[in-house]
Amino acid sequence: MSAVDTGRSRTALIYNPRIRGFVYQALLCAAIAFLAWGAISNAIDNLARAKIASGFGFWHNTAGFDISQTLIEYSTTSTYGRAFWVGLLNTLLVAGLGIVLATVLGFIIGIARLSTNWLVARLAGVYVELIRNLPLLLQLLFWYNAVLKVLPEVRDSFLVPGGGLLNNRGLFLPQPVFHERFLAVAAALAVAIVLAVAYRVFAKRRQMRTGQPAPVLIVAAAMVIGLPLAALIVTGFPVDFTYPERGRFNVRGGIEVLPEFMALLFGLVIYTAAFIAEVVRAGIQAVAKGQAEAAYSLGLRPGPTLRLVVMPQAMRVIVPPLTSQYLNLTKNSSLAVAIGYPDLVQIFTGTVLNQTGQAIEVVVITMAVYLTISLVTSLLMNLYNRRVSLAER
Amino acid sequence: MKRVFVRLALAAVLGATASVASAQTLNTIKQRGSLNCGANGTLAGFGLPDSQGRWTGLDVDFCKALAAAIFNDPNKVKFVPLTAKDRFTALQSGEVDVLARNTTWTSSRDTSLGLNFTAVNYYDGQGFMVRKSLKVNSALELNDAAICVQQGTTTELNLADYFRANKMKLKTVTFATADEALKAYDASRCDAYTTDASGLAGERLRLANTNDHIILPEIISKEPLGPVVRHGDDQWFDIVKWTHYAMVTAEEFGVTRSNVDDQAKSDNPEIKRLLGTEGKHGEALGLPNDWAARIVKHVGNYGEAFERNVGQGSALKIGRGINALWNKGGLQYAPPIR
Ligand SMILES: N[C@@H](CCC(=O)N[C@@H](CS)C(=O)NCC(=O)O)C(=O)O
Repeated sequence: MSAVDTGRSRTALIYNPRIRGFVYQALLCAAIAFLAWGAISNAIDNLARAKIASGFGFWHNTAGFDISQTLIEYSTTSTYGRAFWVGLLNTLLVAGLGIVLATVLGFIIGIARLSTNWLVARLAGVYVELIRNLPLLLQLLFWYNAVLKVLPEVRDSFLVPGGGLLNNRGLFLPQPVFHERFLAVAAALAVAIVLAVAYRVFAKRRQMRTGQPAPVLIVAAAMVIGLPLAALIVTGFPVDFTYPERGRFNVRGGIEVLPEFMALLFGLVIYTAAFIAEVVRAGIQAVAKGQAEAAYSLGLRPGPTLRLVVMPQAMRVIVPPLTSQYLNLTKNSSLAVAIGYPDLVQIFTGTVLNQTGQAIEVVVITMAVYLTISLVTSLLMNLYNRRVSLAER
Repeated sequence: MKRVFVRLALAAVLGATASVASAQTLNTIKQRGSLNCGANGTLAGFGLPDSQGRWTGLDVDFCKALAAAIFNDPNKVKFVPLTAKDRFTALQSGEVDVLARNTTWTSSRDTSLGLNFTAVNYYDGQGFMVRKSLKVNSALELNDAAICVQQGTTTELNLADYFRANKMKLKTVTFATADEALKAYDASRCDAYTTDASGLAGERLRLANTNDHIILPEIISKEPLGPVVRHGDDQWFDIVKWTHYAMVTAEEFGVTRSNVDDQAKSDNPEIKRLLGTEGKHGEALGLPNDWAARIVKHVGNYGEAFERNVGQGSALKIGRGINALWNKGGLQYAPPIR
């Protein structure tokens, strides 16, 4: 009796779809792992036989080359590993700033395309069509050459108000040097931000209760600007500036913004904004017309209608394709190679790969980095998306 | 580059890295019917196709000499233009059979890339070019200057070394190709442009106003340029190496393109061995015995190739200098063929 029982439960196990699925998955994983292991060990063998260096030992070797923009300490005696971080930070800098600026510009243009003002809508339309249909590489080269052509030589630098210099070697801004008393100013700023947030919460509650709108933006701005300013005056301006100065060849001192960086950032922002504008336009048009009409009939003006009724619903449609645009911008930043901006690809898969000859290791690391950046961006955007989709009723 | 990388990765993983699978480069080339030559695509004097796609240059002629030795036809070469940065990967992956692209012989390239340098077909050194209007007379005055440079070159490293050794501040602007680096220099992005002196001579001619630029006197490095092959095929290594030596030997004994047929009747045993009328020196390489005669007939001796491409017969007008024969005060010296 019992023998029959176990027999039946064994067959039951085999026919259990969950368990079978699990077994298949496990077998597949094992097969893939086996293949991967075989491929990797075979590759190591072959490289060794071809006398091509392999492994990650090169990470700690001296790089020996110079890099034009370094956000962290780096010199020609630093290691390849250090050069990798320099490149990664340069990529993150241009991609991060690019995403913020492209979003702002993209939303403005996307909304402008739907403007009732014929000229504004037309201009926005021309912008989108023109920019979307020219290859990005071409645009970058154009901007780079334009930047170099338009800006003067060092000795004829444009003077930037406040003590900066602008020439074909870059934009040079005064570098602030903070005294200890500056802490008070920073504290004032923090307090102002907290107060502004609190005021917003209060104003919203009051509006819910009484229907009285409050000028949140103006009050918040006044606090965030006014309080630190007052602190600055009280502490007697505890900041000094070191000003950039013209040397025989170049500008010395100050904060340096390279022309390559400006051209790349400009190019990426202009290009990606055109795509974001389309995403925004599509998102807004996806919201049923009746929504806006209902808002108007309640007496809302076009501004608040867009901000309070249309946009929150449009965001559900906008966010997923917006994420792809962010990923595109990040990946496109590797076109930096063409205009001499030292991003990760230029430094790492360029000079480091060439010098070490370790193509496989270098390219695998670089791919892993871009994959990680993309996954993190997607993750953040998905979190945000979940928040905005809650607005759905 | 992507294509080259994928090829290298696949080859490594599948166990067919060219150097491993084929100690048989010569046979592969014969079966294919042409030589794949990794060349410079933009450097006057060394490797440059003209508007009709005809390639010229000292390195180009070297590959033509190889094709002449193998096929008795200098045109059985497919030139693959490579940037400085991608050239080694292209050779490692088997995309090209030989790399003749003004490539400096250094210890790390010779040892850790799985490659072998064969010979030196041009002794060079790194120099600087600046605008005359800067009124700079020496590289030592370049403290704090912005310098345009091409990525993946020894140039990039020498530059950093030189500035460090002389305690000068440096602002490097690095580009993937010489073209971009030179354009940026021409647009005044940099105060100076640096590369091999031979390259400077060629690149200067491409600038908008050639005469606004001067080349500074300092030579800051040794740049022995030569053809490179993959590790692991000694026969092919020998063929490439002796192709250069045959050209040098021909110059030494006065064998030229125009007199090579007459010289075949010479009584001089050195010339007889070179041209294959005595001994079996070609066979030992896996080539016909008249291999060197073919080279000289189709391409000329080393001196002829030099003058035609970089010397007085060219726009560059570079003197023989240290590239003269050893018995004329230079460094070009071929071991004896015997
Ligand atoms: N000899 C050096 C430099 C070789 C090199 O790439 N030189 C530059 C300038 S002379 C060049 O050929 N550029 C042409 C190009 O990349 O298209 C090396 O082997 O690293």
